[in-house]
Amino acid sequence: MKETPLSNCERDFLLRAIEEKKRLDGRQTYDYRKLKITFGTDYGCCFVDLGQTRVMAQVSCELVAPKENRPTEGILFFNIELSPMASPSFEQGRQSELSVKLNRQLERCLRNSKCIDTESLCVVSGEKVWQVRVDVHTLNNDGNLMDAASVAAITALCHFRRPDVAIQGEEVTVFSPEERDPIPLSVYHMPISVSFAFFQQGTFLLVDPCEREERVMDGLLMIAMNKHREICSIQSSGGIMLLKDQVMRCSKIASVKVSEITELISQALLNDKAARKAGGKCGFAESMPQDRITALKMDQTDVEMTNVSQTGSGVILQGDEAPPPTVPSPVVPVPGVGQVGQGLQSWGLEEEEEDDDDEEEESSGDDQVEEVTQIKLSEKDKKEAVVEISDSEEEEVEVDKLN
Amino acid sequence: MAGIELLSDQGYRLDGRKATELRKVQARLGVFAQADGSAYLEQGNTKVLAVVYGPHEMRGSRSRTLHDRAVINCQYSMATFSTAERKRRPHGDRKSTEMSLHLKQTFEAAVMTQLFPRSQIDIYVKILQSDGGNYSVCVNAATLAVIDAGIPMRDYVCACTVGFVDETPLADLCYAEESGGVSSLALALLPRGGQIALVQMDARLHQDHLEALIEAATTACKGVSKVLDEVVRQHLQEASVLTGE
Repeated sequence: MKETPLSNCERDFLLRAIEEKKRLDGRQTYDYRKLKITFGTDYGCCFVDLGQTRVMAQVSCELVAPKENRPTEGILFFNIELSPMASPSFEQGRQSELSVKLNRQLERCLRNSKCIDTESLCVVSGEKVWQVRVDVHTLNNDGNLMDAASVAAITALCHFRRPDVAIQGEEVTVFSPEERDPIPLSVYHMPISVSFAFFQQGTFLLVDPCEREERVMDGLLMIAMNKHREICSIQSSGGIMLLKDQVMRCSKIASVKVSEITELISQALLNDKAARKAGGKCGFAESMPQDRITALKMDQTDVEMTNVSQTGSGVILQGDEAPPPTVPSPVVPVPGVGQVGQGLQSWGLEEEEEDDDDEEEESSGDDQVEEVTQIKLSEKDKKEAVVEISDSEEEEVEVDKLN
Repeated sequence: MAGIELLSDQGYRLDGRKATELRKVQARLGVFAQADGSAYLEQGNTKVLAVVYGPHEMRGSRSRTLHDRAVINCQYSMATFSTAERKRRPHGDRKSTEMSLHLKQTFEAAVMTQLFPRSQIDIYVKILQSDGGNYSVCVNAATLAVIDAGIPMRDYVCACTVGFVDETPLADLCYAEESGGVSSLALALLPRGGQIALVQMDARLHQDHLEALIEAATTACKGVSKVLDEVVRQHLQEASVLTGE
């Protein structure tokens, strides 16, 4: 299904708001939305909520033959599914541009940076290695899928446990989780991606754009870093032109954000570990909000209230200056026709219509009385006025009348 | 590959270049008479052919027409004989699609598309021999092809891939250096204003080295732009001699 196009007034509103450093949900320029991480029942299943954007990552593994040019290394495979559940514009199965972009960015962010020790995934060199597959499913798209997907993927990889293997000569025995405890993967570092959206040809930038902001942005810069301040990947997209200083500034902001997010991930992993050890129930069903009145309570949005009382009283003062609204007296253009109120039309009954019409429509109720007298005066003055050529229909009527 | 020294103590790389030296660039405009614009560029051992058609009426899906500017359509493909092992799927796989998107993005920033509303400009790039810096050489070749087609651009688009080894930025990486796990940064630049049309980096690099790397890439791109400018002027001179001006 094609995406509903964004109306011009909505686009202008968003851009104007960004120029005044205001965002739709009241965030600051460099603020992330609320990030929530929950785990499923199995090891390696992780849900990430970034505001309203929701993604799920699932890690699985199987024994396969290794690649020919890398016989001692395991294989990492990433896949992001853009399901129609997330947005009506996503089509099932079709490899759209966004899908290719997200997949390649995630691959480069996690695979090229060597965050997982692939050598430890080797079982029998040249014959059997573990292929670890990370599937990320997008459940709801409210902007910034890339960041949510990267957090989900790395958290799921940290959470995952692979089965234990024993090699006796040529025989390989894979133990089930009941026989022997599964082993976690060796994760060297956690690359997290941070997205920056640029507006007005690079003048304004926002961190973590929501879906509306993504629609009006000029371009996106994605920087993936880990908490040791190592940059794992940089990718600019969209037709924007950047300057070196902008890239440097973004990398500094990214390092701050990444350390915060890494903290959150570690905390979530610890909590989950404690919960599993304590034997409590864990999983997706547990993390869903319960059937209570407060279950769908919206998070509080901060609204700027500092100047409200001042601007409010200013508005009231302005209103006081106008005279109390009275019923305007009726206008009688010609005998038999009476009009009252704003937006008076002359319906081709006058000779001087256009200027009067504009005046009338723009005037407010309190000016109506003076306006009426003025019009009557002008009529008398311009009885022999030259007919002006214009697009007004009323003008044509007038021409006919003269003829 | 461990053990191969990418930068020797004397400062020489695998092919004998110094750290900031670019590979030899040889280029030729107007290789095909049929296309609106074409160019062939060799940068070291990487050989690329770029062809431009347009601006012409929108073909295919009319719904993608933009009312105020031209649509740029890029296709990147590698010849099956371009790599050491025969390439099974020259185009349509994820990496090629990603490259095509990046090329499209780069040229959308540089080409003055507002002059051709409701039309389409096609840029086809084919790699005949791949020896590192694929994206950068494609951008350089495509720039020449667009100039040959007479489509107005804001500035030359020059690109270069730089790597970081032993605290030194290496300009214009070859395949051996790229596959050695070196952090590589590909940068597409409009030299006059210093504006970056595309920046792409893989592999780990400490944040403190980023500035130096971008600086090195900018200098390398400016070097490439001089070479491209030279090529264009020479081609114009040849063409004017032939037409007797």
